[in-house]
Amino acid sequence: MSDVRIAGVGMTHFGAHPERTGRDLFAEAGAAALEDAGVDRDDVEALYYGNFMSELAEHQGHQGPMMAEAVGLQVPATRFESACASSGAALRQAVLDVRSGESDVLLVGGAERMNNLGTAGATEALAIAADDLYEIRSGVTFPGAYALMARAYFDQYGGGKEDLAHVAVKNHDNALPNDHAQFQKAIDVEDALGAPIVADPLGLYDACPFTDGASALVITSEEYAAENDVDADVAITGSGQGGDRLALQNREYLARTPATERAAEEAYADAGIDVGDVELAEVHDCFTIAEVMAIEGLGLYETGEGISAARDGGTTRDGDVPVNLSGGLKAKGHPVGATGASQVSEMTRLLRGDHPRSDAVPDATTGVTHNAGGTVASAVVHVLEVKA
Amino acid sequence: MSEETARDGGFDDWLDAIEEGEGYYFECADGHGGLPPCRVCPACGSTDLEQTDLPASGAVDTFTVVNVAAPQFADDTPYVTAVADFGKVRLTGVLRGMDHDDVEVGTTVGVGVEETETTGERVLAFRPR
Repeated sequence: MSDVRIAGVGMTHFGAHPERTGRDLFAEAGAAALEDAGVDRDDVEALYYGNFMSELAEHQGHQGPMMAEAVGLQVPATRFESACASSGAALRQAVLDVRSGESDVLLVGGAERMNNLGTAGATEALAIAADDLYEIRSGVTFPGAYALMARAYFDQYGGGKEDLAHVAVKNHDNALPNDHAQFQKAIDVEDALGAPIVADPLGLYDACPFTDGASALVITSEEYAAENDVDADVAITGSGQGGDRLALQNREYLARTPATERAAEEAYADAGIDVGDVELAEVHDCFTIAEVMAIEGLGLYETGEGISAARDGGTTRDGDVPVNLSGGLKAKGHPVGATGASQVSEMTRLLRGDHPRSDAVPDATTGVTHNAGGTVASAVVHVLEVKA
Repeated sequence: MSEETARDGGFDDWLDAIEEGEGYYFECADGHGGLPPCRVCPACGSTDLEQTDLPASGAVDTFTVVNVAAPQFADDTPYVTAVADFGKVRLTGVLRGMDHDDVEVGTTVGVGVEETETTGERVLAFRPR
């Protein structure tokens, strides 16, 4: 089985770019990743591409070949759709492809255009990650679904809105020097608690924004990197994916995410690490409560104890395990289909030492990325390690 | 519902039954609950499923007051969406007929079918009982 290396990463600015087409966004990210990798583009064997809502946002299906064309590749290209975990799922399949020996060089990534739909349209489009018959028709929105989980969490384990505000404050602060981030703006707890309520108990600052953007990675086999003098010290050593019932009502737990737990167990075992080896994490904080459930699902905190992690400083830049040094989805932004690959892009740079927040983790060698779909009916976890 | 719109088999029949006060779910021999359309027990894969009467009332497990809605619910805001426990199954519906500040985890509700204010579409609705 071949080890998988990350040879190059690329991202667009994440933000409100309603006029930019998906193909333009992905072309920028893909070209940046290929340039960063320095591999011969003729060696790229396939594109694994993640996207969620292009049928609704751009009246465009069949995006795989369109995106390959956009980056100037004539290769087999397939789109993966797992809601907000789309490019995490695409990356996992690409990792398995390289490990099998079938491919040596792959382009992986994702893109999403959302702001052209407006707030109401984007809210409607995002909601289709939920169960249409049993959730959407009962008025469940994406923030509403996480609000249901937040209320259940508070009821079962305690904690409250002020704890969640600390998650938002932390992630906004982390994003300050990140020029890819949608928000480079500090907020305080009072700002978060005073923001309009979207779906009680979640307010505007508990929610990630609507984001247009793209991300891309070039991954190679260890052998290809060695033979071609490709600078690729960061390896993907573990990959895991977990699933759950689609609708929240049909789950065993309303305030836990077993899909994350299963994905993490698989990824850690795959990498031969345990949770104590994890030095930093990029987790799927589409809402502040999602970060809480993610760090519990990853095993960084016991169930019911993650709620105070940001407030107590455990997940801040100088904490035991800094979480979302990039700013997370909350402040970096959440172009749905691009998010999973963007987390890996940011983690790669954090570990390589060329991210604006690398100075928070100067000696780190092991990081984890966590990408979730819907209300975590899908979860993908990857372990990244620095290898000589 | 317009005549041009195809019904969602199983689901719309279930809504009809709830509207008549004759709601049901499906239960396998191991006691797992499922909602229509339900050919296979989602928990264990059994195809030996028995149509069982839905209890007359359930208890709210969690809820939210939605202020920002999708277009289909734009004129319904603010509204309460709740997940209520009916024993072997939970249901998600709009909770009406009580002050939003009075809703709590544990509130006892019955289930029926009403119309949304925005579009007049049928919606699963809880009311306190």
